[in-house]
Amino acid sequence: MTSTLTPPAATENPDAPTRRTRRIGFGHRLSHWDLKFSPYLYISPFFLLFVIVGLFPIAYTAVISFMDWDLVRNSGTFIGFDQYTWVLSNPKFWIALRNTFSIFLLSSIPQLAAAIFIAAMLDQNIRAKTFWRMGVLIPYVMAPVAVALIFSAMFGDKYGLVNTALQNIGLPAIPWHSNAFASHIAIATMVNFRWTGYNTLILLAAMQAIPRDYYEAATVDGAGKARQFFSITVPSLRPTLIFVIITSTIGGLQIFDEPRMYDQYGTGGPNSQWLTITLWLYNIGWGEWNFGRAAALAWILFLIILVIGIVNLFVTRRLVRDEGSRNPLSRRERRAAERSARDRVAAQSRAAVAASTTDKEEAR
Amino acid sequence: MNSRALRRTAILTVAVSTSAIVLAGCASGSGSSSESDGPVTLTVATFNDFGYSDALLKEYESEHPNVKIVHNKAATSNDARANYFQKLGKKGLADIEAIEVDWLPEVMKYSDLLAPVPDDLKSRWLDWKTEAATDPDGNLIGYGTDIGPEAICYRSDLFEAAGLPTDPTDVANLIDGDWAKYFEVGAQYASATGKAFFDSAGGTYQGMINQVEAAYEDPESGDIIATKNPEVKDIYDQVTAASATQSAHLGQWSDDWFAGLSNGAFATMLCPGWMLGVISGNAQDVTTWNVANVFPNGGGNWGGSYLTVPANGAHVKEAQALADWLTSPETQVKAFENAGTFPSQVKALESDTLLSSTNEFFNNAPVGQIFTDRANAVTVAPFKGQYYFQINDAMQKALTRVETGEQDAKTSWDQWVSEVDAIK
Repeated sequence: MTSTLTPPAATENPDAPTRRTRRIGFGHRLSHWDLKFSPYLYISPFFLLFVIVGLFPIAYTAVISFMDWDLVRNSGTFIGFDQYTWVLSNPKFWIALRNTFSIFLLSSIPQLAAAIFIAAMLDQNIRAKTFWRMGVLIPYVMAPVAVALIFSAMFGDKYGLVNTALQNIGLPAIPWHSNAFASHIAIATMVNFRWTGYNTLILLAAMQAIPRDYYEAATVDGAGKARQFFSITVPSLRPTLIFVIITSTIGGLQIFDEPRMYDQYGTGGPNSQWLTITLWLYNIGWGEWNFGRAAALAWILFLIILVIGIVNLFVTRRLVRDEGSRNPLSRRERRAAERSARDRVAAQSRAAVAASTTDKEEAR
Repeated sequence: MNSRALRRTAILTVAVSTSAIVLAGCASGSGSSSESDGPVTLTVATFNDFGYSDALLKEYESEHPNVKIVHNKAATSNDARANYFQKLGKKGLADIEAIEVDWLPEVMKYSDLLAPVPDDLKSRWLDWKTEAATDPDGNLIGYGTDIGPEAICYRSDLFEAAGLPTDPTDVANLIDGDWAKYFEVGAQYASATGKAFFDSAGGTYQGMINQVEAAYEDPESGDIIATKNPEVKDIYDQVTAASATQSAHLGQWSDDWFAGLSNGAFATMLCPGWMLGVISGNAQDVTTWNVANVFPNGGGNWGGSYLTVPANGAHVKEAQALADWLTSPETQVKAFENAGTFPSQVKALESDTLLSSTNEFFNNAPVGQIFTDRANAVTVAPFKGQYYFQINDAMQKALTRVETGEQDAKTSWDQWVSEVDAIK
């Protein structure tokens, strides 16, 4: 850009016939800049916003996590990794970690299984499609706190709906608020109620994108509905499944509303039965006003989610077969074919090298 | 690509947008600060219902034409608490901020950030009310509003079924004494009916521990003495022993507990003045709740609030004058009439309006007289240090573990001790 603006060196020579420098109009320059910079300008609001409201708090949290922080006086003393040691050596952390994973698995797995199944049903040719499709989204529209309130009333130990029903048919009442596993099931139920429909719609959208020809061909070939579901639908959902699994992992590990609203105190139960990591984080920060510890815990949670997310990605990639599997060969056969192709190429090149050396030898 | 130009553009964009944000932030902050000669806008932040109705505040405005009052109500005291500590010491708090007695230990840590109450007002309140909000330097930092003197609420139909007296005076005579006496009546009730006498170990424990001068922390040194304090252990043993047969095992404020208020799951409950509203609101169909003018071991206080004036506010003087007026005996009696917040001012407790008030739901019990007597019976202002909340919370959980049968009293106590030892 700059080089075109400097006059050519030749003009310095007075004898040379003066040539008018080609002036670039401002309009031209503007359109040039437009081409170069406007894309960055257009995407910049998000990144600026992210830097201000996302990146800065994250970095600031890291700074505070190394301090004994007093929120009110806005000051702290640097104490190194003490907060991290405190968190990791506190038995509550490990209980919270256990609870978080337990609730996460109890909610994500049945939820995704149900979501795929419901989506497959909705993908069929049924009457009043839109009605059913919108219907599954209704629980998602409800505020999580409202859901939690209703469900915790249902899961009351003495006068709750569920226990009353159980006792009416002669079964023993379940101690929803003292048995850890029972409380996890109750909380997972709230999560499933709310999120199954949401995941269903995402998976349904992905299912609609699968070409109908496959199903037609499969039907012609005599494949049943179940076979079509496992051989066409599920493999085609791979990228969407990865997305859904990762988002529900992040959501599951950050679970907060439901355990917080599960009892009247919101501190995770008398023996930390349903204390999750985010709930403990909140209690340390906004209950005990110990922001150094809360910040350290937040960073530990961040790292956990990061690791789980990566593991998740690899596992999902392995588990869900390749998209569509349009290749008639199985994975083993494909590998074998690759191997033999490689060998063939290697053999050819070896032969070529051998040929050239024999040529040279002959020339000598 | 010319990277310098890009960088310059980026910096410029950042600078422009940042300054726009900063300017936007300043605009809202600078509007309210005006000189004290002109008209003054005072903000008052409360939560739940303090009884400060619009009409009441209008009264002050008409007496002070240069003052305009803006009243902000937070939905719950938890919201107010989070807001208070986020902004204390910085800008953004109201000129007058209400605090609850539960967070008083935390507020006392920052007593230097609050404008002290003038000395001549100190005699206005009950001794123990001022004592709790006075810092080591002798500064009173809160204008006391209401208190929660405790009596005993009971259900006369359940008492009748157990062959116990049902008239409030007779019930008061029956229970009058110490906690052992209360549990003795409870044992009598439980063996006669096979049902629970009180709602929860946690609620009862709270009534008992609020009568101990220094339960968890040493007022002098601030050391945690909870686990070695024989009084705490004694109360714990009494409550857990009694709760085995006499408690309905319903954690206070749980859904089951609210249901228990109306379905007769328990016969008595420790009852601060404000609890009457909770009971009448949740047991509307029950006509047999009554309140007896008695409390084991004399008097006890549960709850209550203060008004504080942040020292860095724009109109500290005017705010102090308003807080003075809001907590004057006359205004507090009006607040009591508006919302049932029981006054903490000595003079207000002698007011005829207060003494003659009755409660229809509780069979027209003379609640004004009852709670005035109960307030006067309170002698102890329990010391609550900065770890009070954490220790007490762990104790409540320990009691719940025993109540649900998850652990025996000994195991639960040991776990509590190890949890308290882990605090700082």
